[in-house]
Amino acid sequence: MVVNCAEVWQQISNYLDGDLSAELRQAIENHVRGCKHCTAVLEGTRNVVRLYGDDRVIELPANFTQKWQQRLPLFIPSKGTAYGWLVAVAALAIVSGTFALGKATTSTVQALRSQHSEQAQKIPAAMMVEVAADGKTFHVPGCKFIHQSSDKVRLIAAADAMRAGYVPCVRCLREYLRR
Amino acid sequence: MLSLSTAPSPIPPPQNQREAALIRRTLQGDRDAFTELVKPYERRVYAAALALLRNEADAEDIAQEAIVKAFTHLHQFRAEAKFSTWLIQITINQARMRQRKNHANLYDSLDDTHDGEEDYVPREFADWRETPPETLERKEIRALLAQALASLGEKYRSVFVLRDIEQLSIEETAKALAISVANVKTRLLRARLMLRDILAPALRDGWPGHVPFQKGEKPW
Repeated sequence: MVVNCAEVWQQISNYLDGDLSAELRQAIENHVRGCKHCTAVLEGTRNVVRLYGDDRVIELPANFTQKWQQRLPLFIPSKGTAYGWLVAVAALAIVSGTFALGKATTSTVQALRSQHSEQAQKIPAAMMVEVAADGKTFHVPGCKFIHQSSDKVRLIAAADAMRAGYVPCVRCLREYLRR
Repeated sequence: MLSLSTAPSPIPPPQNQREAALIRRTLQGDRDAFTELVKPYERRVYAAALALLRNEADAEDIAQEAIVKAFTHLHQFRAEAKFSTWLIQITINQARMRQRKNHANLYDSLDDTHDGEEDYVPREFADWRETPPETLERKEIRALLAQALASLGEKYRSVFVLRDIEQLSIEETAKALAISVANVKTRLLRARLMLRDILAPALRDGWPGHVPFQKGEKPW
């Protein structure tokens, strides 16, 4: 089997990945040995693969770890069992029982989307939460209680959710509502 | 919701066992265990986001979101899969959602079917001897590689990053980008050859000489 330069170039990637028949591999090696251009292309391409495979090529932005650590919610929402419901109902009772508080003094915030709820007070601004376009509450991502009739669920920062008038879900964000 | 499934592997290697323990601890409320779990893959998460989003600020944002999402959906992770693959898949899903939001695909479609219309022919035959890995300690070399990569069209860049930086297999790359294996191979070949054309003249002496695209003109 004999191959020309163009055929070598078309197979260089497969050659470097070891994804060729023994016969074609041998034919390419025979050709490259006697061809200066193909040697340059093969060696250069090998350099490309080797250099970019090095971990140092991509530099992480500054404080990358600290940033996502700050955005993590306090806990992971559970899978939602019958027991989980009990806890949620109990938490709701506790939370609503203690809703007798001073007004929030935040400035340019939209009207709350739900009249039955209280604005969030202690939720970290950078924490990522989920909101449904037609829902009223914001949730820890994965919370089962998010408004289901819409598939337009967005992941946004808690501060933005609050600015848009969303109120915290009393189930998944109960930890933040206890006073 | 996202599809978070990954290919199962029958026997979990030791790495998976260590990670399985960290995942258990995270689910029990140990947040430090999650940091330990994710730390080795942070760079890969960021690179995957950067593969699809050319903009560094967007890539950082998406990488952060993906890690948060992995945390809150950790109970959905199936233990027989590789955690890193799952994490990268979440990142790619998040990045594609952002792309759709930005309408980036209107201009630079991933599903372009014009692949392989014509073969790519190398333009540059400079003899580029092996560049030693220590060279990467130099900031300008890293910048040169990043710049060369950023100059590729998105469909070539994403395939190249997933395959050669993330070290995914051809099949995993095809699955992650929802394109055919044949398309991955064509784009990968082209990406590698284009990068060689840019870098060979610059790195032939192990030193960045002239950088063609800095003159505002691509070499091809």
